[in-house]
Amino acid sequence: MTTETAPAETRAGRERRRLDEGTIRNLGLVAVLVILVIIGIITRPELYSDPTWVRNNFLTILQQASAIGVVTVGMTFVIIGGGIDLSVGAIIALAAVWCTTVATQSFGAVGMIFTALAVGLGVGLVNGVLIAYGRLVPFIATLAMLVAARGLAAQISGKQTQISESSVINGIATTKIVGIPLLVIILAAVVAAGWVLLNRTTFGRRSVAVGGNPEAARLAGINVKRQTLLLYMLSGLCCGIAAIMLTSQATSAQAAMANLYELDAIAAAIIGGTLLSGGRGTIVGALFGVLVFSTITNLFAINNLSTEVQNMVKGGIIVAAVLVQQFRYQSLTQLFKR
Amino acid sequence: MTAPDQQKEQEHPVVLRLTDVVKVFPGVRALDGVQLEVRAGEVHCLLGQNGAGKSTLIKVLAGVHHADAGEVTWLGEPFAPPTPQAAMRAGIATIYQELDLVDDLSVAENAFLGHEPSRAGFTRRRVTASRTKEILGRLGHGEISPRRMVHSLPAAAKQVVSMARALSHDARLIVMDEPSAVLAHDEVANLFRIIRELTSHGIAVIYISHRLDEIREIGDRVTVLKDGRTTAANLPARTTPTKELVGRMTGRSIEYVFPPREGSPGDNPLLVVENLTRSGEFAEVSLTVRPGEIVGVAGLVGSGRSELLETIFGARRPDSGSVTVEGKTIRGVGGAVRAGMGMAPEERKSQALLLDEPVYKNMTLASFAKFARVGFTNTGGERAAAMRTADQLELRPRDVIRPIRTLSGGNQQKVVVGRWLLGGTRLLLLDEPTRGVDVGARAELYQVIRDLAASGVGVLLVSSEVPEVLGLADRVLVMREGRLIHEAPAGELEEDTVLNLVMAGSLLEGEPA
Repeated sequence: MTTETAPAETRAGRERRRLDEGTIRNLGLVAVLVILVIIGIITRPELYSDPTWVRNNFLTILQQASAIGVVTVGMTFVIIGGGIDLSVGAIIALAAVWCTTVATQSFGAVGMIFTALAVGLGVGLVNGVLIAYGRLVPFIATLAMLVAARGLAAQISGKQTQISESSVINGIATTKIVGIPLLVIILAAVVAAGWVLLNRTTFGRRSVAVGGNPEAARLAGINVKRQTLLLYMLSGLCCGIAAIMLTSQATSAQAAMANLYELDAIAAAIIGGTLLSGGRGTIVGALFGVLVFSTITNLFAINNLSTEVQNMVKGGIIVAAVLVQQFRYQSLTQLFKR
Repeated sequence: MTAPDQQKEQEHPVVLRLTDVVKVFPGVRALDGVQLEVRAGEVHCLLGQNGAGKSTLIKVLAGVHHADAGEVTWLGEPFAPPTPQAAMRAGIATIYQELDLVDDLSVAENAFLGHEPSRAGFTRRRVTASRTKEILGRLGHGEISPRRMVHSLPAAAKQVVSMARALSHDARLIVMDEPSAVLAHDEVANLFRIIRELTSHGIAVIYISHRLDEIREIGDRVTVLKDGRTTAANLPARTTPTKELVGRMTGRSIEYVFPPREGSPGDNPLLVVENLTRSGEFAEVSLTVRPGEIVGVAGLVGSGRSELLETIFGARRPDSGSVTVEGKTIRGVGGAVRAGMGMAPEERKSQALLLDEPVYKNMTLASFAKFARVGFTNTGGERAAAMRTADQLELRPRDVIRPIRTLSGGNQQKVVVGRWLLGGTRLLLLDEPTRGVDVGARAELYQVIRDLAASGVGVLLVSSEVPEVLGLADRVLVMREGRLIHEAPAGELEEDTVLNLVMAGSLLEGEPA
């Protein structure tokens, strides 16, 4: 990073440096993951000596990361676009409760999936309209939605746990394809689709432009309002997918499910390198962020430790990640300042 | 030493001396041997192209950056302020181009920001106000109320508040970074009066400006920087020939010339604006632009020029009136862009650029969808097209992958203009295209604008520099207080005629900026 001859530097050299910025961060997160695994090996060597257990535990971590990972992809897009979505946990609860009502279940698995996705998209649409066209601050609009959607979910379910009778839905969590759980495959598919969407499509380019400098985007002829609306709908859609995944895992749904998912998703996106002020972020980083959190959870579980300590550690990691981000950003801007 | 020199030495001792100052950023030698000598009570002008190291230099003086090598002496002592606060306490105040005032605090609170008179942790509002009033009086602006909120002040008054802040620290040296850039013509005269007032009290001023006429009027001595080095020091500001100053800045001799006009405008109007009105901004504006024609709008800051341009572009909604391009009514920016309109807005950084993104993505911001196939972006095609445009615009460095924040102001402006070249734009709206652009890049931008017109693009140009409007445009519209008051071919107008038109009556209105 400290090349002495920037003006005369070749373009390839600079391109490499730009790549480095994201890659170094991801390598950092991989290092954190490795450290977490090493701590696991040190604290429970007897478990790690069994290869079958290691393999199953690895898949368990991925499986636990699957639903929150899908939500984080949507969240990353919203944050890159200069917004925030505090209502993701509530949308999941509402979508899951709505798709497991007796009436919806009578339409079978396809009806349930359709309902969950439609509810997610619909709530995202309301968020997006309020923010883009009603000019509400995203924080306030989605905070209101957080409260309202959970309220509606409690109303629909009558505060009861609704059992899913659909064997197809319940089977999603138990199905494995060539040894890989279907939930993990769904996560991989959403992450891959998110990566392509962000890096290879006009939708992604617009998202970055709208989050990076909304006025410049507007004056370049980009429809900022429509793009903002679409971003919240995308987040809602991801919540709908996550709702099906969680319902399948629990074979039931209730109004209190997916509690505090908004915080986990935001935290994962941030430690993955997404700038909270918008305009910059990566999907791969967000995925690593999710994996760090689910690996910590797993580490605490195999050591039979309390969730209280776990939450404190999570908080510390978020602070550390943002500190690192600020430091790196400053050194980068100074590098280019003359 | 001769007798007059000795006398000068006594009356105006050297307060600041920089010897071989070097500042290295990773990859860049931003300062590479700067010499500077500033005497008490003088206005020392710093001249240099964008990227010559002026900003870095003033940041070293302000304690934002720290010199890696060389000597800085301030009042005879070695000087290396660890923080901006330390530089302030030592008596060096800096007034940045983007004024660092807090909009929602009062004038007095801004003047004493960071060192509020207080007792046991409670601010002493009355003392603050009376001391601010005294300082403002010294600056000749006793009419500004210390209790007024800063956001309600016009730009010129904000600058006065910035200077009041400097004086509240008992500054012995005030560094002004392009102070006239935010001011209208008549306000510059007032600024100069304040500067003379300051220097008569023995305060030294380092004055940075791109405008040679200002340097001639207010400056005592000039130091020229180029590529982080001092190329000429202590030239007399009034008598040094322009050619020599420009030559020292560029290493080549370029005159401030406008390229020859080629081609002639078409007959049928491309843009027709009829009775366009936005209350409080401008009223009943009608104008036309033909293909290949450059129409210039001259007017002071606050005359409604920028608002007019943004309304024509669809970025603001008119109260009444219409904008049509080849008969198609424009409503909203999207429609304007589809109709072949493009705009380079006044505030480059906040209105036009994605600073962290590479040059090519900034260049294709308005056209990347056209490069894309079924929603998938074609970055290779974008890069190639951006590279061709970069060649056409003589972008420096000729590198479209570099983040745009690393480019100089002039080259950033070229990218903003280049954005619309890529989209096949037929009508270009330019708002202050050469603000903060150095002399060399300026000449190149003029060439680009002329080339565009020659290729049949209609150009509507707004500038507060009258010679620029007269030199570049075919037809000139004069705007005052939101109305077009005069229209004539550029060849039939003189600079002072336009200035008279523009400024008549402007003293009556004190519009907030």
